[in-house]
Amino acid sequence: MKVIKKSPITSTLSVLALALASSSTMAQDLSITVTNLTQGLYFTPVITAAHTSENHIFMSGTMASDELQAMAEGGSISGLSSILTNADANINENPAAGLLAPAMSASFDLTNDSTNTHLSLAAMVLPSNDGFVGLDSWKIPEEAGTYTLFLNAYDAGTEANDELRGSGAPGEAGMPVPPPLDPLLGMNGTGVTDVESNDKVHIHRGSLGDSDMAAGISDINNSVQRWLNPVAKLTITVK
Amino acid sequence: MLTFNTQKKITTKFAKPLLIAGLLTLGLTACNDNDNDVPPPVDPPIETPMEYSYSVTLSNLTYAQPLSPAAVLLHGDAKMWQVGQAASVALEKLAEGGDNADFIALENNLATAMAEGPTLPGTSVTVNITTMDPAASYLTVATMLVNTNDAFAGLTGVDISTLTLNQEKSWRLNVYDSGTEQNNEAAGTIPGPADGGVGYDSTRDDIDLVGYHSGVVSKDDGLPSSVLTQAHRFDNPAVKLTITRTK
Repeated sequence: MKVIKKSPITSTLSVLALALASSSTMAQDLSITVTNLTQGLYFTPVITAAHTSENHIFMSGTMASDELQAMAEGGSISGLSSILTNADANINENPAAGLLAPAMSASFDLTNDSTNTHLSLAAMVLPSNDGFVGLDSWKIPEEAGTYTLFLNAYDAGTEANDELRGSGAPGEAGMPVPPPLDPLLGMNGTGVTDVESNDKVHIHRGSLGDSDMAAGISDINNSVQRWLNPVAKLTITVK
Repeated sequence: MLTFNTQKKITTKFAKPLLIAGLLTLGLTACNDNDNDVPPPVDPPIETPMEYSYSVTLSNLTYAQPLSPAAVLLHGDAKMWQVGQAASVALEKLAEGGDNADFIALENNLATAMAEGPTLPGTSVTVNITTMDPAASYLTVATMLVNTNDAFAGLTGVDISTLTLNQEKSWRLNVYDSGTEQNNEAAGTIPGPADGGVGYDSTRDDIDLVGYHSGVVSKDDGLPSSVLTQAHRFDNPAVKLTITRTK
């Protein structure tokens, strides 16, 4: 059996050395604006993080983590926030202080440590079962300037797109319906589908919706709450 | 995903004039400020105003959405619309009816040009625009997708001052919704050949904020009251836009 025992002094010294090393390299100051480009979708609280190149909050073609699922099905970013915190990411949460309404923007500053070279973002889109707008690990440019990115809507692959009023809890069917959305959605739909055969994160195929607010197949209004990609614009100024 | 850097400003275009200006700093400053204490330069060079010409080409990438006559504008640093802002009446007229007259007549425009007619699916149109005004270095282009209630494609307030002679830049344009008319796709509300209905109506019965268009539903995909068919559906991008500096 091998036992490694560090004296308290050595470990304090190494922490000091690390602190010195990180303060001697340059952090970057970013000024970021996220715009909901749509006229019919709400974004739940947005989470944005600068992290190392090895980290991802989601990747197309792979299974969603439990934390991503909680965000995509119910808009909860606390799980993503704690895994990012554990990974020493620089995080911004909920810049719109609630839902980011159609066509609205939210701006914030983010200072990223020199090791946190990549940027990711996620927010659930409503109405949807498990749709989210996402940016997966974009390399932050070193050159000062303003950069514009257009973001697509993804499907977490964790819930059937029944397009019915229901639950925002992970694993429970249906779409969460926060107050501003309530009067805009239809009701008594019979359900578009009850299967989710692609369980990997993928580009969302869009909502079907229908034109019947009191019945029909879907509770989504097809002439207002469908979308075409991109659904968001991200403007990033590297100072 | 489109990425561009808008950091570099007017430097390239003014590099030469600035050099000349540098040699004559005193004299030119005097002229600009009408400062009579400093004598004018002995032999001031006669500066021929520079002419800037651009060729702007739009290609209609859609299946069955003719584009209304495109408006091409050069102006100072400004945006003619913005996501999250209400559309101007001039833009509303263009987006609901394809009528670009007010948009072309906007006070801020320093140079304007327009396509002679509609641009049909699968075809392209080239519009040439010329200006002597060095401030006219921002480009706006707008055109309606006419088989819709109020969809338009365009680009606004793009800095073109760094374009060098014969340099070309292109964009694939997404479709905006002016937010001024409900997308009910109803008979009588769509000005294009799919309907032949009314274009501009001053009533604003939608969210009254410019945003991206959600696409048309059509009677074939779940909106029985729609006058549109599956053929009128579109996706992003809808237009390819290319600008070339020719002078």
